[in-house]
Amino acid sequence: MTAIRAVLMRDLRLAWRSPQESLTVIGFFVLAALLFPFGVGPEPQLLARIASGVIWTMALLAALLSFERLFQFDHEDGTLDLILLAPAPLETTVLAKCLAHWLTTGVPLIAASPVAAIMLNLPTDGIPVLLAALLLGTPSLSLIGGIGAALTLGARRGGVLLPILVMPLYVPVIVFGVAAVEASLAGLTARPHLLLLAAILAGTIPVAAIAGAAALRQSAE
Amino acid sequence: MQRFANPLRFKRLSGALLPWTSTATLALFAAGLWLALAASPRDYQQGETVRIMYVHVPAAWMAMFVYANLAIASAVALVWRHPLAEIAARAMAPVGACFTALCLVTGSLWGKPMWGTWWVWDARLTSVLLLFFLYLGYMALANAFEDEARGTRAASILALVGAVNLPVIKFSVDWWNTLHQPASVSRLDAPAIHPAMLTPLLVMALAFMAYFATVLLWRIEAALAERRVAARRMLTEAGPSSPALRR
Repeated sequence: MTAIRAVLMRDLRLAWRSPQESLTVIGFFVLAALLFPFGVGPEPQLLARIASGVIWTMALLAALLSFERLFQFDHEDGTLDLILLAPAPLETTVLAKCLAHWLTTGVPLIAASPVAAIMLNLPTDGIPVLLAALLLGTPSLSLIGGIGAALTLGARRGGVLLPILVMPLYVPVIVFGVAAVEASLAGLTARPHLLLLAAILAGTIPVAAIAGAAALRQSAE
Repeated sequence: MQRFANPLRFKRLSGALLPWTSTATLALFAAGLWLALAASPRDYQQGETVRIMYVHVPAAWMAMFVYANLAIASAVALVWRHPLAEIAARAMAPVGACFTALCLVTGSLWGKPMWGTWWVWDARLTSVLLLFFLYLGYMALANAFEDEARGTRAASILALVGAVNLPVIKFSVDWWNTLHQPASVSRLDAPAIHPAMLTPLLVMALAFMAYFATVLLWRIEAALAERRVAARRMLTEAGPSSPALRR
């Protein structure tokens, strides 16, 4: 527990001291989402129709921008070797680092999403469901991205490789995340989709812990 | 299993198997293609386009079968550090990717006259497309490192994580009721397909399987030969005084 807290606090402190990284992610998210009215035209009905999908897709792409720092910096300055030598189980350390990543990019993304939703003319009834879906879905994005970041440590062109590896694994999250918002806008209950998002998260936690730790171990061999 | 970690023993086995599998591939493809293209009946609804099915369905089966094998070989490589499992996993990935691509292309060619569209975002189609991307990701990751062994291990972990997609593909037609038809061969009761069409389909499936075995053995042999060449080259570059060469 102390190890988890130490890793978490360290990563949060690092993020706090260089906030431009999180701010870049948010800036990318909002700007990229606001490109769509220029691309598809500003008709309010059309924007309302695509808003939830645009927000989810852009949140996913914005999250992808930030994974390199998850293990890369620790790998470069030797911190990762110390983490590997530490007696604390590597699996929990991976989870702590993914949690820190979510707190520093996922939560700001969720906080910025109502702004993007309103500017894309998403009906206001859909915003609470959108927030709930993002709250359940973005931790999975951080965890899956954590696997990809651990796998591509030290790879040639790792920054390009990582999106190729994790995007197929992101598809279920985005499918159910968008379906939840669509269901609530159509007057149906969003509950089954939110439950599926929660199930994906529950399944991703152990998979990311085991696969991420295995990837980190073999990167140090 | 550990017996075949020895490349020489594996080469003896593959040398004994290859004539059989390659002959079987040729014979089964000849028989299967004749049955599928000439000897089987037209479908009363689909007409001649039903013959695409004799390539599409075996390709789809192989796409999943090869991925399952890739996941098993990856697990063996990670757990026992089995060198031949690593080579086998690397060797089968491009073959599986080709089967998946063939499945997607033939499905698309069939879909245009039958469904009226090349592509729909149906659950089965989407999950097979994701399988294709997983193959591509595996190959990209396996070749992304200076150190080949490191790439193989990283890609093995990815292959195991991606294995969650297999049950999704299999059951996608039951979970989501969309355009792709549900299973008609592997059902608990009798297959819902007439023997006149089932026989060519099964012969084609066996032909695909024999083709996979042949190509996989070839590719593993080629990879082993490549390693020998690389090892030789390193020794000769080290010079005639190298102790490894004198041995």
